[in-house]
Amino acid sequence: MRQFLRRTWALAAVPLISIILALLLGSLLIIASSLATEKSLNLLLPLVAYESLLQGATGLSFIDVAGGAISLHFSINPDQASRALTSTMAAASPLVLTGLAVGVGFKAGLFNIGGSGQVLVGGFFAGLAGAAFAQQPVPVAFTVAIVAGALGGALYGFIPGALKAFTGAHEVVSTIMLNSLAAFVIVGLVNDIFKITGPSFARTADVGHAAMPILFGRNGNLGIFITLILVALTWVLIYRTPLGFEIRTVGANPSAARYAGMSPRRLIVLTLSLCGAFAGLAGAFEILSLGYYPAIFGTTIGFAGITVALLGRAHPVGILLAAILLGGMRAGAPAMQITAKIPIEIIDVIQGLILLFLAAESVIRHLIRSRAEQVTPDEINTVSRTYGETTI
Amino acid sequence: MTETETVTAPALEMRGITKRYPGVVANDGIDLDVKPGEIHALLGENGAGKSTLMNILYGLATPDSGEILLDGNVVRIDGPSDAIARGISMVHQHFMLVPVMSVADNILLGAETMANAVFLDQAEADRRIIELGKRFGFEIDPEVKVGTLSVGWQQRVEILKALYRSARILVLDEPTAVLTPQETTEIFAVLRRLAQEGHSIIFISHKLHEVLEIADRITVIRRGKVVGSRLPSETNEDDLAALMVGRNVQLVVDRGESHPAGPTLVVTDLKVRDDRGQQTVNSVSFEVRAGEILGVAGVAGNGQEELVEALTGLRRPTSGTVTLAARDVTGSGPRELQQRGMSFVPGDRHRFGLVLSFPLSDNLVLTQYDEAPYVKGLLRNETEIDAWAKRAIAEYDIRTPSADVAASTLSGGNQQKAVVAREFSRKLTVLILDQPTRGLDVGSIEFIHRQVVSKRDQGAAILLVSAELDEVLELSDRVAVMYRGEIVALVDGPTASREEVGLLMAAGRRSIPPTEGAAPPPDGPAAVSA
Amino acid sequence: MDFLFDVPVFGFILQFLAYLVHALFTTNLPAQTLQLATPIALGALCGVLNERSGIVNIGIEGMMLTSAFVGFMAAVIVSDAMPDAQAGFFGFTPALVVGVIAAMAAGMLVSLLHAWLSITVRADQIISGTVINIIALGLTGYLNRLIHPSGSAGTLAQLKPPAELLELPVVGWIIKMFFTSGPITTLVIFLVIGLQIWLFRSRWGLRTRAVGEHPRAADTVGINVIFYRYRNVVLGGIFAGLAGAWLTLEFNASFQNGMTANRGFIALAAVIFGRWTPIGAFGGALLFMVWEALGIAIRSNPPPGDLGVFLSGIQASYPSIYNNFFGSLPYLLTLIVLAGVVGRSIPPAAVGRPYVKEGAS
Repeated sequence: MRQFLRRTWALAAVPLISIILALLLGSLLIIASSLATEKSLNLLLPLVAYESLLQGATGLSFIDVAGGAISLHFSINPDQASRALTSTMAAASPLVLTGLAVGVGFKAGLFNIGGSGQVLVGGFFAGLAGAAFAQQPVPVAFTVAIVAGALGGALYGFIPGALKAFTGAHEVVSTIMLNSLAAFVIVGLVNDIFKITGPSFARTADVGHAAMPILFGRNGNLGIFITLILVALTWVLIYRTPLGFEIRTVGANPSAARYAGMSPRRLIVLTLSLCGAFAGLAGAFEILSLGYYPAIFGTTIGFAGITVALLGRAHPVGILLAAILLGGMRAGAPAMQITAKIPIEIIDVIQGLILLFLAAESVIRHLIRSRAEQVTPDEINTVSRTYGETTI
Repeated sequence: MTETETVTAPALEMRGITKRYPGVVANDGIDLDVKPGEIHALLGENGAGKSTLMNILYGLATPDSGEILLDGNVVRIDGPSDAIARGISMVHQHFMLVPVMSVADNILLGAETMANAVFLDQAEADRRIIELGKRFGFEIDPEVKVGTLSVGWQQRVEILKALYRSARILVLDEPTAVLTPQETTEIFAVLRRLAQEGHSIIFISHKLHEVLEIADRITVIRRGKVVGSRLPSETNEDDLAALMVGRNVQLVVDRGESHPAGPTLVVTDLKVRDDRGQQTVNSVSFEVRAGEILGVAGVAGNGQEELVEALTGLRRPTSGTVTLAARDVTGSGPRELQQRGMSFVPGDRHRFGLVLSFPLSDNLVLTQYDEAPYVKGLLRNETEIDAWAKRAIAEYDIRTPSADVAASTLSGGNQQKAVVAREFSRKLTVLILDQPTRGLDVGSIEFIHRQVVSKRDQGAAILLVSAELDEVLELSDRVAVMYRGEIVALVDGPTASREEVGLLMAAGRRSIPPTEGAAPPPDGPAAVSA
Repeated sequence: MDFLFDVPVFGFILQFLAYLVHALFTTNLPAQTLQLATPIALGALCGVLNERSGIVNIGIEGMMLTSAFVGFMAAVIVSDAMPDAQAGFFGFTPALVVGVIAAMAAGMLVSLLHAWLSITVRADQIISGTVINIIALGLTGYLNRLIHPSGSAGTLAQLKPPAELLELPVVGWIIKMFFTSGPITTLVIFLVIGLQIWLFRSRWGLRTRAVGEHPRAADTVGINVIFYRYRNVVLGGIFAGLAGAWLTLEFNASFQNGMTANRGFIALAAVIFGRWTPIGAFGGALLFMVWEALGIAIRSNPPPGDLGVFLSGIQASYPSIYNNFFGSLPYLLTLIVLAGVVGRSIPPAAVGRPYVKEGAS
């Protein structure tokens, strides 16, 4: 038991401390913000904000604000809780996928920042396929639509993969360019070609039967279960199959991979395509929940995948947990904005701060004099090293 | 003699220098003195403490006790800048030169000649560099990029760096480690001129014959202590070796006879280019027969690396053919070669042989990860892998707490044993070994050598490439000597003479039989320039 | 000769080239290109300084965004406090002066963070840069929403040389390109030349390059590698700060969330394209942004002849695709150039690797 606890602490220490520090720093920012929103310093605002965040995410409440007075009061309303938790899971599921899109890349020593673009392309493909199959039976329509989304994302991951494998262009810059490109091109396509008449804003046709099936509650959708299965499958792939071994080897030591008879080029292309497929699937889930593809699809899940992957140490289970945390924050944020009257973007700031403390993890580990394990995946070294060298 | 001698204060004196690191006393009460204009050799094995002592002199470390005197005055050296300011310069074993920058830029760095407060005076610097070079016997173009220079010339740039800073005391750390014999002779000439002009030179080496040739005095260090100080005239190689090592160490594995069968690996007219486009392997042909060990001897840098890369599929040859068990495998990649029965123990185990962050068990199947029985269906067969790891650890005596620890926690010797365990346990026809015991302790070396001989006796065709002549001579049934990208000789292993092979390695030829009336050339590579 | 223009594809290309030449020499395309290239060039100068010292900096985007916001906020605050201030040279009111200085300071501060993470903490430099980008986006978005500054501090004015100077044959063209814009844009060419000379002819530049190529060699001749890296990264922040200031104080008069629009990454590509030299990076910046300027020109002044008809036709049938195509050009070009150039472009040898001072053997 002691061994288990020690092991868990070693893995979780730095992420936990980073989260706590980020929340602390965030509360300072919230207090400062109260100057702007309430014209006076409100030291308790962070408490209110975080509590409403928690309540929105889980239904758990520990504060009672009645008539201006704040008192400690634990309560949990079952209905509210189930709604909140369902929302959290629904918000987390695409984040798991975009997190995998970055995390699997890390395992191979690649930094896939192209999640945003891959989400857009995947969503777009899913929207079009869904609209085309809108009248088909639900299983057929839905399956075709999500497969189309995954393929679209895979295609958009293939491009930077091929570029890196054959020209040495580092994925950090090429994927960012592709992100911007996707946004421009798809907007143009929707506005000029795929738009339907009728709605007040430009969007594609309804996906009809391809829409995301809701299985429980208001938004407990099928995507959640698909995601969970994919997490398990990814874990098996990475840690139990020869292909996964190749991916991990190329990330840890590309020269040894060549020596072992692996083909780094093939693996780079394959891995980035797989990453793209994950992100494309995430986009497909979002669009199929929405019911159509709007010309301007302002989603941030692609970008958030980076945070999820880093927080989750590029491990499928870690990514799942990190996605649940971030999903919870997203689910609870609207409630927080209403109750505490601070902009919803505080979530982004806190996520950024978590990453900042994770980046400084060697300092944290030194401060708590811990033998905690390093959070940043070792394979990150390969990411930086291939920035400076030409391809393997 | 009752002549009164003028007593010259030593240019440098180190008295009672002691330096401790956790777990080891690197320097233990070392006394050293160097006269002006003297070439003083510091002799010792790896880890004896020579580098630590010189780091202290150069200000990169501070002694725990003891003092340093320059021209009779006690000084404290605060860092490299301070050392340089006091006239001490160090030429490191691994050159501290920036390849993409010019000779002038490299020399100027840190001691820039300025035209004004901000800008460099390139013209004046160039002039001074050319003049310095002339003074010591060579012509140098200051604008040439250092990366394009040969190793011997880079050495000269390093020396110029020291002289540009008006160094009075030069410390040279293993200066001839990567030089050809010709270059060694030329550098020695430069050093003698420097000494004549009054510079003091500390020459760190473990090459006995060179030390005897160039030094005015020799100090031997062993395990952090000075164990003897000699004049070259009153000592010889055996004496020095005994001082250095402390006992007679002879590692000879009982090799037994080999019974080679037919040729398994045939290389014909192989040509390979290196990364810079130079033809470093220039039409090499040889064959390795089953049940024999063919050793390739040579000074590092004569094409062995590219040859090995071409044979193991990590580099495409420009022309020529390679046949493995009668099948043409020229240009095949590592995977195909491995499938055809080739195993390879790479020279750089950290870069190629192992994935240090992976557990030992994964490393033990690194080159067989997708073959049965380590794969069952779509998944890896963890049980088989673990079972094999246990067997390998026992059979090859790999010291490790378990098979699950990261390979990085193992010592160098055990890491290499893991690589050997992996490669030797495959069904192999051809085994290629590149520097298999570099940097290993004596016990591991002996173990691996025994394993190699045993593989030979099982019928493998073994190609052994090593810069350690002793290893080659000890194990090989036949020895090929590589010089400047060609095989200049193929001799029988057991009867090969060390001197003859050494000369072939150093000069590419056998000794010249004496012509009538002329004095016979002295032994050793220094005779080459004739 | 005109018949050549009738040949189907070839004709279009010729017409386009003719249009390009015409635009380059008669319209203000060069000046507009220089303006659009300014943030890229400044970001690239920041990148050159960082990477020449051995530090990978992909956080230029975040530094620019932070500086843009801070500069804008500072200018608005001062402007509100001093509504009647007089504008000086280049249209500099006290508010704008404070704004530019604040932007540069913000750039330096964020760079200090990157330097600390990369050099002292020895975190992975790409992660450090990414974290800066994420925080910058979140923090500026949050504060912008919170404070929603509605005022404006105005913008810096452009140089207007006398018309006679512009009429001069060759000199006039140079003046038209380089000296008809705002102060930051005008400053760019001098900064580029200055940094180029400094990097390759001064002592500081020599030592910087050594620190980026072979830090241990520099260390053994007594150069303080850590100090050099810190100093250069923080100085690079000044350039990023100026880029941010340009965005909100010279080019626009307001701040929008994420307004840098990945320009920081185009700057990185310009660094690679320019082989880590200031002049090369500047050329890259011009190359990447001339297409955006061309797009603006084509849309306001379509080319004559068949090409113009063709383009107008597309614009009429697919207006959104047409506009978005031009908007995407810088990114597309960057991608193409990157694929073609990289692999032959070799960065400083020690870039991305933290330096660990060896205590002793």
